[in-house]
Formats: sequence, C-alpha cells, structure tokens
Amino acid sequence: MTIGLAHYLVVAACLFTLGILGIFLNRKNVIVILMSVELMLLAVNINLVAFSTYLGDLVGQVFALFVLTVAAAEAAIGLAIVVVYYRNRGSIAVEDINMMKG
Amino acid sequence: MTLTAFFFYLFAILAVLFGALVITARNPVHAVLYLIVTFFNAAGLFVLLGAEFLAMLLVIVYVGAVAVLFLFVVMMLDVDFAELRAGFIKNAPVGLLVGGLVLAELIVMFAVKGFDLGIGKQLAAAAPAPGSGIANTEALGRILYTKYVYFFQGAGLVLLVAMIGAIVLTLRHKEGVKRQSISAQVNRTPATAIEVVKVAPGQAIVPSAEAQR
Repeated sequence: MTIGLAHYLVVAACLFTLGILGIFLNRKNVIVILMSVELMLLAVNINLVAFSTYLGDLVGQVFALFVLTVAAAEAAIGLAIVVVYYRNRGSIAVEDINMMKG
Repeated sequence: MTLTAFFFYLFAILAVLFGALVITARNPVHAVLYLIVTFFNAAGLFVLLGAEFLAMLLVIVYVGAVAVLFLFVVMMLDVDFAELRAGFIKNAPVGLLVGGLVLAELIVMFAVKGFDLGIGKQLAAAAPAPGSGIANTEALGRILYTKYVYFFQGAGLVLLVAMIGAIVLTLRHKEGVKRQSISAQVNRTPATAIEVVKVAPGQAIVPSAEAQR
C-alpha cells in the first residue's frame, strides 16, 4: 500500500486538533497552553513538508524552517514572560493575568 | 513500500498518541517528556518524506533547546499544578466539540474531497531529482542562501530580538550586591587614587577620610 499525501495531512490534522483541544482542556495552565501551541506549529510544519515533497518544490521546506525559527523565538519569549509573571504574582494561573485590565 | 508504510504508521500513531498524552498528563514534567517523544516521531515522519535536514533540525532545535527550556521553567516554578487542573472535565465537552469539528473539517477538506495539487506547475524552486546526487541539505542551502537570503537574515534577526527580549525580561539586579563598575575603574586617575603624604620622623600616619573610603 502506498502512503500518499492525504495520510500525512490526516496526521497533521490530528496533531493540530490535539493542540486546539489542549488549549481548551488546560485553560488555567499557561505552560501547557504554550506546549499545545508548539503541537499546532508542528502540525503546520508536517503539512508544509508533506506538500513540499509531493509537489517537488523545496520552498515548503524553506518556509517550514522559518516556522521553526519563529516557534523557537515564541517559546523563549513566552517562557520568559511566564517566569517574570511568576516573580511578580507568585502564580501562573491564566485567570490571575488581569493586571493590565482597563 | 510496505516497510515505508509500516514506519509511517509507527511514527504517525506514536506521534498522535504522545500528542494526546501531552495535553492530558497530570504532571507538566511528564507532558514535556511526551512532547519530546512527539517531536522525535515527527522527525521520523520528516525523514520518510525526504526532508532529512528539517528532521535533524527538529531534533536539535526542539528536543535540544525548546523542550529543555520548557523543562527548566516547569521545574523552576513552584506551582501547584493540581490546582491548575481544576475545570479540566468542565471544559472537556466544548473542547471536544470544537476539536471534533475542526478535525472533521480538515479531514473532509484534505482526504475525502481531494483537490488538484497542480503538480509540476509553477514551481518556485524545484526539488532535485532523486538520484541526481544532490542531498536535501545541499539543495536547501542552494536556495536558502541565494533566493531567500533576505528571509534568512530576517529569521536571524527574529532570533536575535527573541534572545535580547528574553534576557531583558528575566534579568534582575539584586539589591545589596557589590558589582564591578567598569567605567569607574577605567576613569580612575592617579590624581584621584593616590594620596601623597609627608611623614615627619617618629610620627604615625593618620589616613584622611578620603583615603579610608
């Protein structure tokens, strides 16, 4: 049996859905929410690489490289914000994040 | 071909399984470890797709840097994670509803209906033909450093800004710690640092207040 483009797209769709579900399930835990976002970005990367391979076009892989870069930067900044927030409030619960409300 | 199919299903099932464990794990440390396994399996999928460079990059960047960063932060923060899990069951129905809806849409769009890929039309950068002797990494480098060099530089700039931002956010100076002041050291001159005292025979030297400081 041949593994086609649709197989990879279904795997990526499953991972993306798990990312969405993770955000809903762990609404209070900002660290798990960040991990869910990483899962979604991984799913997008699988899509890009799968299309790149089946189209015979390398640009998809170049774009996946940039998505990877931005994901790494996002994780670094996000975790830095979490650390600073924990220092200020002693908690990382999402509903406590209301210091800037109008 | 069956071997490819076997490894595809192995990597795919493990990736989805451990992805599900990431979002349901009670302990965030376990969640990070499951995330690492998910990334390893995704790297396996990338190898199957022929994107060896991205597969290794995924292992190095994600497993080596991002996941370890998560692990450090989870272990550094003294948070009661059991309390944060309250409402897990309460939010499950709406999450399952939205998730199932998105999954159904994606699968219907990609797998069931199907679409014209337009293979061979208007390729921006054609991949090297198999057997041409050009590896994936080399082919990627050939376009990344020529056609997409400005984007490459931009990615470097993004990483630089992220690095400076993370340092600026988390750096703090503790009060009461003696620190080295380079400018004060460099600006010291003999006029301010040395005091010449004439000592009369048989007398002690009483240091001035300036010198005692």
